[in-house]
Amino acid sequence: MPDVIDHRPNRQPPFDRVKRDPAPSRLQYRLERMWLRPIWRRAVRVGVPVVLVAAIGSIWLSDEDRRARLSDGVAQIMDKVQSREEFQVRTMVVEGASPVVDDALRAMLPVELPASSFDIDLTALRLQVMQLDVIESIDLRIKPGGILSAVVKEREPAVLWRHSRGIEILDKTGHRVASVTSRDVRADLPLIAGEGADLAVSEALLLVDAAGPILPRLRGLVRKGERRWDLVLDHGQKIMLPAEGAVIALQAAMALDRSQDMLGRDIITIDLRNPSQPVLRLGIDARNTIRTARGQPLLGPDGKVIVEDGKKGG
Amino acid sequence: MAELYQTQRAMRNIRRAALQRGVIGILDIGTSKIACLVLRFDGTGTFRETDGVGPMAGQANFKVIGAASTRSRGMRRGEIDVMAETERAIRTVVAAAQKVAGVRVDQVIACLSGGRPTSYGLAGEITLEAGRVHDHDVARVLAACDAPDYGRGREVLHAQPVNFAVDNRSGLGDPRDHVGNKLACDMHVLTVDGDVIGNLIQCIRRCDLELAGIASASYASARAALVEDEQELGSACVDFGGGGTGVSIFVKKHMIFADTVKIGGHLITQDIAQGLRVPLPVAERLKTLSGGVEATGRDDRDMLDLGDAATGWEVDRRSVSRADLIGIMRPRVEEILEGVREVLDAAGFDSMPSQQIVLTGGGSQIPGLDGLAARILGPNVRCGRPLRIDGLAHQFTDPGFSSAVGLALFAAHPQDEWWDFEMPAESYPSRSLRRAYRWFKNNW
Repeated sequence: MPDVIDHRPNRQPPFDRVKRDPAPSRLQYRLERMWLRPIWRRAVRVGVPVVLVAAIGSIWLSDEDRRARLSDGVAQIMDKVQSREEFQVRTMVVEGASPVVDDALRAMLPVELPASSFDIDLTALRLQVMQLDVIESIDLRIKPGGILSAVVKEREPAVLWRHSRGIEILDKTGHRVASVTSRDVRADLPLIAGEGADLAVSEALLLVDAAGPILPRLRGLVRKGERRWDLVLDHGQKIMLPAEGAVIALQAAMALDRSQDMLGRDIITIDLRNPSQPVLRLGIDARNTIRTARGQPLLGPDGKVIVEDGKKGG
Repeated sequence: MAELYQTQRAMRNIRRAALQRGVIGILDIGTSKIACLVLRFDGTGTFRETDGVGPMAGQANFKVIGAASTRSRGMRRGEIDVMAETERAIRTVVAAAQKVAGVRVDQVIACLSGGRPTSYGLAGEITLEAGRVHDHDVARVLAACDAPDYGRGREVLHAQPVNFAVDNRSGLGDPRDHVGNKLACDMHVLTVDGDVIGNLIQCIRRCDLELAGIASASYASARAALVEDEQELGSACVDFGGGGTGVSIFVKKHMIFADTVKIGGHLITQDIAQGLRVPLPVAERLKTLSGGVEATGRDDRDMLDLGDAATGWEVDRRSVSRADLIGIMRPRVEEILEGVREVLDAAGFDSMPSQQIVLTGGGSQIPGLDGLAARILGPNVRCGRPLRIDGLAHQFTDPGFSSAVGLALFAAHPQDEWWDFEMPAESYPSRSLRRAYRWFKNNW
């Protein structure tokens, strides 16, 4: 009962209206029928939440300050996580590298240690390091305890290659290791020359091995026509090797040398290009000796017969 | 009869569309209650052995997935009286059934009990030019039936070819490919008031529903309550409704006659209310809970409280014996049965081979009614419950729902009013290319 009863006429006390009609109103009926359509159901159950979330998000993000604050916050959180103690890299350990390479590697590291491991892109660093010719392979990893470990395998210098642009050190596969300014820097390495010599380094090394007894006399190997090798010795002597079976031919020549001291004689060229038919080219002195014995005119140093004053040769 | 073709064809198309969608609604708008069933057609006719429901009458290809019934409003004697009220009642029942079914109903099949149904028997005869009955001959003989003057504002609700005869061979169900010179057909036409149908259509349309078919309530309840043999051999179905009592006669699986007696259960309630001076709800309660037509000695001692327990003891402390109640009800029930007797006599039911009478409808649940009916109508009387259909809840299986169940059977197997033959060529507009095409097709 209300506290104050209004007794004025036409003011009936309000009473609770009970809905007697069980029938749904026309609007309710239509809405119910609409709701029974699967497409409507799906639209309301999926579409409305999606639209709502999208609308709220886009309205919130439409303000410049909020966007800036959001991106700042995200950046801060990322920074905080990345600069945690657990992710710090403090030292770099390089194994299997010469001091020069060690220094180069440390110089290549894009960040200064200590740094977060998120800042070190190992893949990019590895690609960058692999561009150094001296390095054959590198294993880069971050070990627990904040250690950036680099296990380096360097290329071993095998030969020197002299070409028109300078002298380079090659490894046994023919890959460049470094450049040198003169031959004396690595006097222990054999020298090869000629175009395409770097493509046949392994064969050159076999030939050097095969030329064991005459190694002190060996000046170098010359690649001819990107096809075969010439073995150049001192005193202007030269062994021309075939394209195929060069090692066997050289071993045969070494056997000749051992048995008959072939290279000790005045021979300029030993032509083994046809292995079954070795050809020797004599030196000027030897030929002149033969010519003297035969009573023929002597030859000059240019290999031509001396016509006017034949006594000059010798 | 061309417009009959067209309306039936339009409804058949809507029904086909609904069956294609798989869901159709059944709306039984009666005077005392409105029932709505939602049927799902799986199309393939899957028969589930485990359900215990065999493929009775071939209705196994649908399932009731939602059912609801509510008190009818705004209806009087099977006709719509207050359209807005009826519309609300339809909305209530459709919303409830949809809620149970979980699907939306767009097409409904409705039935109509009022509208002064009148039966006509028509006959038509043609000569067969080809010496053999073709499809178009059936259409022609159906079109050749001479329609009587139905009266103004009457509309054809059912038009069924009951019998075909080729030459002197009568009683053919399907005359196609029979050899003969003459084709005759008997057709049963049921007409009702056009305005009543119009009101019903308008009412259903205002509920955003589409009418996929319309049937007479007495026809629908007979399809559910009569078993197949009774339909074949000849029987009458008496549907005791609230606003009227429908009578339909079946023979050879076709309805050949339908009429209504304009006295129904409401009048009995009214008698009780007037005789005992109680409000109508109390009278209704007394009728349904304690009513009867045969008084025994025990009924004199059986006292009934007239006061409604809900309204309180201070309102009414009177009580009557059950024999008094029966004494009020019996004359009215007898009057109804006399009316049914008159209708059956007018239809010539006595000359039918089998004179089975099946009582159904909500009023047939009065105890002792079959005994009384046997005395007035004839010896072969039984109370019929609707056929069991798949998925229908138990509370919808009492005789009051036989017209709803019959409508469901009608939706599954429309006993096609006019067979779906093409319209005869004479009805086409002349100069039609299709007419020429048809002529060529029929003659070569």
